[in-house]
Formats: sequence, C-alpha cells, structure tokens
Amino acid sequence: MNINGKKKIWSEYQKEIPEDHYFYVRSCIRQNFFPASEKLFLEIVRERLSLDFFETEHHTTCGGIAYHSDTIPQETVMTIVARQFALMTEAGYKNYVASCITSFGLYTEILDTWHHFPELESKIRDYLWKTTKREFQKPEYLAHASDVVYKLRNKIASQAKYKLVNKDTGEPLKVVEHIGCHYSKMFPSKGVGGAEYPYVLTGMIEAWGGEIVDYPERRHCCGFGFRQYLVQANRGYSISNTHKKFESMAPFKPDMIITNCPGCPYFLDRWQYVIKEMEGKTYGENGEGIPVFTYEEVAGLVLGYDPWYLGMQMHQTAVEPLLDKIGIKYNKEEKYLL
Amino acid sequence: MGKLFDRLNEDYRFREGLNACINCGTCTAICPAAEFYKYDPRIITDTVQSKNEEAIEELLKGDTIWYCGECMSCVTRCPRKNAPGLIIMALRSLSMDTGLFIHSEKGRQQYALTVALNNNILNYGYCVYPRTFKYKSHPEYGPVGKWIEENLEAVHKKVGSNLDGDGPGILRKIPDEDLKELKDIFDATGATKRMETIEMYSIERAKALGMSREEYLNHIFTTTLKEHHR
Repeated sequence: MNINGKKKIWSEYQKEIPEDHYFYVRSCIRQNFFPASEKLFLEIVRERLSLDFFETEHHTTCGGIAYHSDTIPQETVMTIVARQFALMTEAGYKNYVASCITSFGLYTEILDTWHHFPELESKIRDYLWKTTKREFQKPEYLAHASDVVYKLRNKIASQAKYKLVNKDTGEPLKVVEHIGCHYSKMFPSKGVGGAEYPYVLTGMIEAWGGEIVDYPERRHCCGFGFRQYLVQANRGYSISNTHKKFESMAPFKPDMIITNCPGCPYFLDRWQYVIKEMEGKTYGENGEGIPVFTYEEVAGLVLGYDPWYLGMQMHQTAVEPLLDKIGIKYNKEEKYLL
Repeated sequence: MGKLFDRLNEDYRFREGLNACINCGTCTAICPAAEFYKYDPRIITDTVQSKNEEAIEELLKGDTIWYCGECMSCVTRCPRKNAPGLIIMALRSLSMDTGLFIHSEKGRQQYALTVALNNNILNYGYCVYPRTFKYKSHPEYGPVGKWIEENLEAVHKKVGSNLDGDGPGILRKIPDEDLKELKDIFDATGATKRMETIEMYSIERAKALGMSREEYLNHIFTTTLKEHHR
C-alpha cells in the first residue's frame, strides 16, 4: 500500500470545522444504546475544553430512521428538520452539530435538495409556519459530532492518560474504523476524507497512538439497512452484511473497532454475539470478540475515564480484552453494579 | 391512477436520482442488498428510465423495491450521478400512496414499521424509545440487553441519562407542546395520510386472512413465506 499516495488524496477531502458555539442535537439510537457517549461528548467540550455547546429539551427526533424506513414522506421529514433549524435560530446559533450520522446525512441531503429546488424550501417554510408559527435560518455550518472530536483530537491527546498502545509489546493497537454509510457516501465532500478515504476516525486513532487497519470491506455497510433490521423477518440481511465485514477484517487481527454511526456499533457488537451463538465463531483473540467502541468511548478511555462511567457495561461483546491490552485500570466487580 | 412515470417524476428524489443510466452495473456490484437478495438496482433504474408503465406497475406491486437498505453506497460509485437508492425511495412512496404495496410480502411489512416508528415519534418524540424496544422482539440484544431492559431506570441513571425527566439530556421527556407540533406537522405534510392509507389496506388484508390486527402485525413482522434470497 502506498501510504504517501493515500495521504495526498486524503488531504483533498479535508474540511474547515469550527471549534466553538454549536447547537447540539441528539441521536435516537445512541441515546438508547450508547447514552454515555453523548454525556461524555458534552463533558469533554464543555468542561475540559470550555467550549459553548447548547442543547434545548425542545428538540426531537429528526425522523431520519422513519424516513429511511419509508414510513414518513419527504415533506414531513423536511418540516421536522426545519423545526430543528428554527430552534437553533431562536437560540441564536449558526453552527449545528448532530450526534447521529443518519441525521447528518439527512440534513446534508435536505440542504442540497433545497439548493436545487428552492420552491420546495419555500413550501417547507410555509408548512413550518402553518403548523408551529416558527421561522428558521439555515445553519452556516453543519457538523457531525465526530467532526468536532476530529478537530479537537490533538487537544484530547494532550490531556491523555493512556495511549492506544499494547502495554506489553509497545506496539500501536491495530484498529478497524467504520464511519457509517450516511456520513459521506451521498456527499463525499461533506465528510473528512470523503467516502473512499475516510479520515475522520483515522485521524483520531493516529493522534491517540493507534494504527488503522485497511481491509477489503472497510467501506461495506454494517448491515443496518433500516427495514432490513427493524423487521424481524428481514434480519438475515443485517447479520449477513456484518458477517461479511468480520470475515474480511479477521485476517488482519484487529484489537478493536471504532465507529461514529449510531447503529453501526450496535450491529458490530450484537451480531458478533449472535454469530458466536449460531456458529461458535469468534473474531478476537482467545475465543473473545473484537471490542466495538464509539469515538467518544475511545476518547474517554485515553483520557482515563472509568469504563463503566462510559457505559461499556451496555456492550454485549466484552471490552475487557482491550482494556487489559492498554493497561487501563478497572474494577471487574463494579461492571454490572447498579 | 394517472401515469405512474409522471407521478414518480413529481418526487424530487426521483428527479435527483435519475439522470441517464448507462447500465454499467456498478451500483449492483457495490450493493449490499444485491449480494443478499434477488435484487439488482441496475435493472430497477433501467426499468424506470424506460417509462414502461406496465413494468413500473410490476415494480410497485413486487418485492424487489423493498430489498434495498438505503445505505446509498450506489450513490458514491455511479459514474453518471444516478442515485438508485433515491429512485427506490420514490418507488416505495408511490407504492404506498397507490395501495400497491399490499400485493407483496415485503411491501406489507410497511404496516409493522409504520405502527412502530411513527407511534414512537408521535407519542415520545423519538424514532427509537427504550420502553418500546423489547428484548423479546430483539433477541440479538443479548443477555446484556435483557439485563438493561429488566433494570432500565437504574442502568440509565447509572450512565447519566435523564430518562423521561424534565429539561435537556439523554432520553428526556419531550414536552407535550413539542409532541403537538410533531402531530401537526404529520397532519399537514402527508405522514398521517400515509399511516391511514397503510392501515386501511392492511386491515382489509388481515380480515381476508381471518386475523386480528395484532395477529396480522405479528405475522408480517416475523414471517416470510416466499424465498427472497440469492
């Protein structure tokens, strides 16, 4: 692999990311399954780095999962999103940051569609006014929360207690990254590194001491597929796609997986458990799975937070093998203590 | 019913998604659904650009338009800037609006999805809500998921959620005035109408099968009788 060539191409897919003054909106899936990741994100930016990230209790789902399951029309989802933009406008913010990749992709798509069809934007403004008496400005800057952490990665590294390094060998940990399809497959220029040379998570891993594994199915979908998971009868689609990714990454013996999408860590975590139950097959060392993390969880680990404070007891695939490799101290007895 | 192609062309996603397909098959090569299902996004795109009304009606009645996972991998790779994933979204919308979704096993699943997701949005303000996400319907959630469900309040409190609480935070209670705005948006923009259309066709189908609403919902959520896979 010609690393220098890839780095040159990656550099063409960089984007300017503001550091401060954001209107923050949450992710439905992450609040359910990785709630502590959102807690930690706000703790890092607000308390450790003294930045301004505002949240209002009045924001709701963006409707993205329903939209991509085709249960609500395009005009409905656009009006819900317009309402979120109105809340941002009312709060006096111009930078908008979403915790969810489905949301980020949807906002990007909507802004692009309004650009091409301004009459549709007018129609949505009318809908919003008639239903809520609200008006909105479009965000001057739209970010995904991983973009912000990418931007702050070196500041996080400067406060790090641990590095992504094997404590016994001194070698960088081998990390698989998975950016989630809707981060940049539709609009590659809106994601750091685009769709083909994803760098948003790679940049974090390099800054925190690890090494990225490039494997054949790196860009393949995790297998969510919206209706292909949400309907029980369709879940063969979901697990088959996850299985394909694990079979492809296994020969590279990754130590961990980092993700920035809401659904991907859930599927990469849970389907490993199911594959083990169905076929007795595991992809990590010593009959264990490969631990799967959100980018906030990885940031939290290098900053020295307790894994159970970071919510890692909510994972099905045990994270302890990775904690032990780094040498992170934790109390086994407290994992499921409530 | 009107000309189906013209109705498709009213959908902004269709206009954005269909340029000129050169039938290269790149979308099919990259498509996760095409690997799993008997599915070929190239053929879908070629069919709609042919403007053949009978062929389009067959798509709207059939299972194939429901195989896509809307990952949009096809969008990145198409050398002619088509977006088969967006074309699929337009086809699915038309299939539901015309009631043709009821003819296919995969199309009929829309009732289960609509009931689950839209009610979560209208009742709680979230697409996914922990009190309606059940281990029983999601055994892959695993023993940890079962433990979370059995200790929902305590687990969320431990990790810092504000489950059903006032003010901002993780899984806060969305205020009633905001839920009312969502309902008004649903009513004004076609979501309520879509729910009613799907409900009407689905209840008719359930009656024809001699099933109650609940039995029918469980049937379409859990069962596939047809062979859809490659």
